[in-house]
Amino acid sequence: MSAYRLDYLDQLEAEAIHIFREVAGQFERPALLFSGGKDSITLVHLALKAFRPGKFPFPLVHIDTGHNFQEALDYRDALAAQLGERLIVRNVGDTIKAKQLTEPKGKFASRNALQTFTLLDTIEEFKFDACIGGARRDEEKARAKERIFSVRDEFGQWDPKLQRPELWNTYNGKIHKGENVRVFPISNWTELDVWNYIRREKIELPSIYFAHDREVIEHQGQLVAMSEFIQLEPTDKVFTRKVRYRTVGDMTCTAAVESGASTIDDIINEITATKTSERGETRIDDRVSEAAMEDRKKNGYF
Amino acid sequence: MDLLRFITAGSVDDGKSTLIGRLLYDSKSIMIDQLEAIERQSKNKEEGEIDLALLTDGLRAEREQGITIDVAYKYFSTPKRKFIIADAPGHIQYTRNMVTGASNADLAIILIDARNGVAEQTRRHSIIASLLNIPHIVVAINKMDLVDFSQDVYNNIVIDYAKVAQSLGLKQVTYIPLSALQGDNIVEKSEKMSWYEGPSLLHFLEEVQVQDTINLTDGRFPVQYVIRPQTEDLHDYRGYAGKIISGIYKVGDAVTIQPAGISTRIKAIELGGKEVPEAFAPQSVILHLEDNIDISRGDVIVNSTQPVKIAQELEVLLCWMDNKPLVPGNKYLLQLNSRVVRSVVRNIEFKLDVNTLERNEAPAQAVLNDVIKATIKTASPIPYDAYQDLRANGGAILIDETSHVTVGACMIQ
Repeated sequence: MSAYRLDYLDQLEAEAIHIFREVAGQFERPALLFSGGKDSITLVHLALKAFRPGKFPFPLVHIDTGHNFQEALDYRDALAAQLGERLIVRNVGDTIKAKQLTEPKGKFASRNALQTFTLLDTIEEFKFDACIGGARRDEEKARAKERIFSVRDEFGQWDPKLQRPELWNTYNGKIHKGENVRVFPISNWTELDVWNYIRREKIELPSIYFAHDREVIEHQGQLVAMSEFIQLEPTDKVFTRKVRYRTVGDMTCTAAVESGASTIDDIINEITATKTSERGETRIDDRVSEAAMEDRKKNGYF
Repeated sequence: MDLLRFITAGSVDDGKSTLIGRLLYDSKSIMIDQLEAIERQSKNKEEGEIDLALLTDGLRAEREQGITIDVAYKYFSTPKRKFIIADAPGHIQYTRNMVTGASNADLAIILIDARNGVAEQTRRHSIIASLLNIPHIVVAINKMDLVDFSQDVYNNIVIDYAKVAQSLGLKQVTYIPLSALQGDNIVEKSEKMSWYEGPSLLHFLEEVQVQDTINLTDGRFPVQYVIRPQTEDLHDYRGYAGKIISGIYKVGDAVTIQPAGISTRIKAIELGGKEVPEAFAPQSVILHLEDNIDISRGDVIVNSTQPVKIAQELEVLLCWMDNKPLVPGNKYLLQLNSRVVRSVVRNIEFKLDVNTLERNEAPAQAVLNDVIKATIKTASPIPYDAYQDLRANGGAILIDETSHVTVGACMIQ
């Protein structure tokens, strides 16, 4: 009977493909939120398995903060062109201008929170009823509570106390006009599962995930890339280190880790040995308060 | 390496959070920054020591009230297996959340405080586990350190629980005495309970056979989506995308499209873009059929040798999950896998006391957390299996047509 037994990665893959197809079957105007990070790259790979030889029943949508790593943007454009799938890019900078929003100030002024405005505008512009994202439950404790089909009201808000029960593998995508659903096909994957899957499927990644020399400054023990978006203080020392990125977000709020890992195998070895969580090691924005993520999600963050 | 999904049922007082914290900690799934964060939090709350419940209670409201409200999912793995824990609240007020967490579980850990023995909530959790047909039950007799690791205490609880298991028809029950706080029988076998001959909890979780929870006999394939590229070179391509929820499908197999009842054969199977001679549950695949038949989302491609039941009137055990009551005569959408039909709840036969399993007189309405036996009439025929025979094709949800909320969980009888 062992011939009919699936490895855990195959089970996770089958579950994710099933979720993708539920989106295709239940919604009229879905979208796949694509950032150029490893999780959304994994989503694209899963979407290929779910829908080829057909086209994706949704466009790729990137909410560009203007503070992205060039490597991730180049990868994004090349991937969309290679797949022949539609890519929609909306810029947070444009939203700031149009809506006269106030840019956050400070040393690492991050547009992470402002991203929500652009995302909600984009959802409205294209009348998206479902947005597929690469969030995982192991990332953060508020996310550990989130459904795979997570309903947002017309203001994009998540109400953690009023979540629909989600039973078996049955997903209820019924919504009212103006509401939308955020869908997370890799909810049950851990960081290591994603890396193991990338290795097994030989998925190509942007170069910043591998060790490279980079000019950085140190901030509270974290290494932050030098860029035009951060404000140097007189005491800051800029130096070059061999680093890689464990997550890819904004240049202003994502920290690099010192590493010599040049292959996926090296990276998996490092992650297996690490004692710090993915977000803890690399995200500056989660450190604000105990409920930073819960609060952002309630306001429409993905 | 395979995957085990389990649910933990119990309250903070039984040491549930400590147990989960212990499993995560001993499998090195808690990271330093996460420990530091709960350490900071514990100090904020002036409790002095680290409160492992903070690891699992992810919402502000839960931390403020010190209770688990909603299901949280936690992950850890050992070299042998990947584990997904659905950490569900144990209080009766959150029965619907436990039902939710239990719906996908291969195994339930039911926690008993060794000092208290089999309690009302033990029975409730066991009843829910049996209603949801969870294949394996682990009775974790916790806080053995507080009863001097006594074999008599353990034996008496086993005798008491065996009666519960028998009345519920629970077949695969394993008893493990442990101390989550001190780590006895969690990862390593405890030296303090040499009289206990079974495995440690983690060892058991690593070894328990979950293969038998997947049905490989009754071929069921609910169609989710039809793939038709309609390009020049793929003009005639028509693939039925879905997940095999049970059974094995082979090229050439006779299949029947339900509920239409049309028979044909499998022409080809695609798995991840490659043609394969066979596929099995729970793989997501694309099926191609010999004949051109009108098939759409919600239809089920059934292995012809293992017929499915088809009816428009369903007897169900129903857990009501909404704040608004269920009023017989009200219409709801019924969703079974990818099929959604309008339905009406005809009558309530009885209400189940989830603490005692007694059948109480049918109430005029069912309210939040009630478990009732009812009859549901559907607008069109539903291909289904009895939940107790085939979980994957016997569990349906009810959706309120006006609020769109999931209001009920049906176990079809």
